[in-house]
Amino acid sequence: MSDPIKIKDNCVFCGACFKACPFGAITQAERKTAPVIDLQKCTLCGACVVACKFDAIWMKEKASTGIDLKAFKDVWVFAEQHEGEIQSITFELLGEGRKLADSLGMKLCAVMLGSNIQDKAQALISRGADKVYMVDRPELVHFQDESYGNVLIELVNRHKPNVFLCGASTIGRSLVSRVAVKVNAGLTADCTELAIDPKTLNLLQTRPAFGGNIMATIETPSSRPQMATVRHKVMKEAIVNPALKGEISLETIAEVLLQSKAHRLKFVPEVESTMNIAEANIIVAGGRGLQSVENFSLLRKLADVLGAGVGASRAAVDSNWIPYSHQVGQTGKTVCPKIYFAVGISGQIQHLAGMQSSDIIIAINKDPDAPIFKVATYGIVGDLFKIVPQLTAEFKKVLGK
Amino acid sequence: MRYIVCIKQVPETTDVKINPATNTLMRDGVVSIINPFDMYAIEEGLRLKALHGGTVTVLSMGPPQAETALREAIAMGADDGILVSDRAFAGSDTWATSYTLAMAIRKIGNYDLIICGKQASDGDTAQVGPGIAVHLDLPQITYVRKIETLDDKNIVAERLMENGYEVIQSPLPCVLTVVKEINEPRLPSLKGKMAAKKALIPTWKAADLNCDPKCLGLDGSPTKVVKIFTPAPRKGGQIFQGEPEEFIPQLVAKMKDAILGAAQ
Repeated sequence: MSDPIKIKDNCVFCGACFKACPFGAITQAERKTAPVIDLQKCTLCGACVVACKFDAIWMKEKASTGIDLKAFKDVWVFAEQHEGEIQSITFELLGEGRKLADSLGMKLCAVMLGSNIQDKAQALISRGADKVYMVDRPELVHFQDESYGNVLIELVNRHKPNVFLCGASTIGRSLVSRVAVKVNAGLTADCTELAIDPKTLNLLQTRPAFGGNIMATIETPSSRPQMATVRHKVMKEAIVNPALKGEISLETIAEVLLQSKAHRLKFVPEVESTMNIAEANIIVAGGRGLQSVENFSLLRKLADVLGAGVGASRAAVDSNWIPYSHQVGQTGKTVCPKIYFAVGISGQIQHLAGMQSSDIIIAINKDPDAPIFKVATYGIVGDLFKIVPQLTAEFKKVLGK
Repeated sequence: MRYIVCIKQVPETTDVKINPATNTLMRDGVVSIINPFDMYAIEEGLRLKALHGGTVTVLSMGPPQAETALREAIAMGADDGILVSDRAFAGSDTWATSYTLAMAIRKIGNYDLIICGKQASDGDTAQVGPGIAVHLDLPQITYVRKIETLDDKNIVAERLMENGYEVIQSPLPCVLTVVKEINEPRLPSLKGKMAAKKALIPTWKAADLNCDPKCLGLDGSPTKVVKIFTPAPRKGGQIFQGEPEEFIPQLVAKMKDAILGAAQ
């Protein structure tokens, strides 16, 4: 097999390509010699091709899929519901989806699966959906990977959406991964930015990788739909406008697609958690510096005053001070709240990977050299056992609670 | 029982540093490790083997050096390892990766349970596990935090949700993706290290898999990276120290509007 990527003779040895390579696969022995691509390290990501100003890097073109892209219309949003309650991420997707649909001159559609859900359509229309596809069946009363996946695959094949957005929730990530594979679509996980390329009309999907150390913009040039999951709290919620009108399409689905080999026996809600931290606007998180499970009550008091969710570092979870579902960071959840309090958290890179895109970060730590201060909007150096109660009291006073 | 554990070799992200001159990731000297979530997948395979018998096969797709990751898994106690490596796989996104792994799993054959980590720490997509399930037409249980029961025909496992957990029953074979809460990965034993040294790890190339070449690597990948950039590094902000009585009212006053805005 010939090499899938090559540096051509018109290379001027400027070095732009090896600076652009995120994988360290390009080396240039010295100036004025042609750079060399290490094919063992190269992932054909194409970053060097984009960086080269002289069109001196040739990369194998992807074979054409032969798909008629024009046959795919509309922007779809998966409307996630739990027990009939539409999840807030759906409204965020409708807000973003509206912009994309307008740039494409297409309709914005919501897709909802469930049982006895027909009264929910208006809530989606008043948030901007021009059309709501609904599959209302008792078998779909709660999420199941196979039946929900089968139904969405069928609807995608039936109506051919151009763009398909879904929340990067546990359900969303499990569900659309199945759909994308089955309909041969590209899927980009955890997007934080979406836009339409004005020239190609492709969806530009930007997402963090390597724990947020690099950002990648991804497109799906030759297959449809263009699928993406979107992180919580990154996009603005669509505003409610009761005057908006929309069409409702009740879809019929063959029985066989509603069956599932795996099935849910029961659901056990977490007793302690009152808030899903991925959806929280404010998070108060604690780490090793809290020293004991009892001291977590200090955080809970602050969280109560602020109406915040409680998060934790890995150290706190590993000490069994709080359940794993509260862990923020690389082996826990990635969160993006408006305000993040890091209390007694030193700020290991694994923790930062899970929270550094928060709008405002407030760090409280006794060690002035703690890495958390490098990302903090406001850093407080001092004893958290003195500071947190005072902070709680002051917020209580100012917020009039 | 045959357990197949899919693992990925990733850079140890703690060491990831940005070169300030070029603004790119410096990967030289970065140690490669088994993806942290895959460690829990390996451990769960070994734990199930101890309880129910069977064999644990570790499978990885990657460059030739990913063999090291397979040897580490064998050192922990896995019975054998298979590397799927070919230049034809370069440029694979999650679609092509899950296809390639699925074809390798089909070649291994006779599997009961396929266990993956929830996601890889470099890509963070969580798409390959479900992708394998679909390519093999299998049920899946993602985000598994505990396996309650396992017998010849069925598995019952707890899936971690945002607001609690679900108990899910699935017939075998089935694909699981596991979260950290499921177990505590063991350290390699001396005996395991010896076995790892001696283990013969076959490398399967594209031609060894009964697969459609159009579905591999770049051609089999619907997504294309058009730009890679480093986000502007976050700058440290205002530091308060000294007497809390003095600076707390000041900070709270600054924060008041943001808190009220966030509460809406």
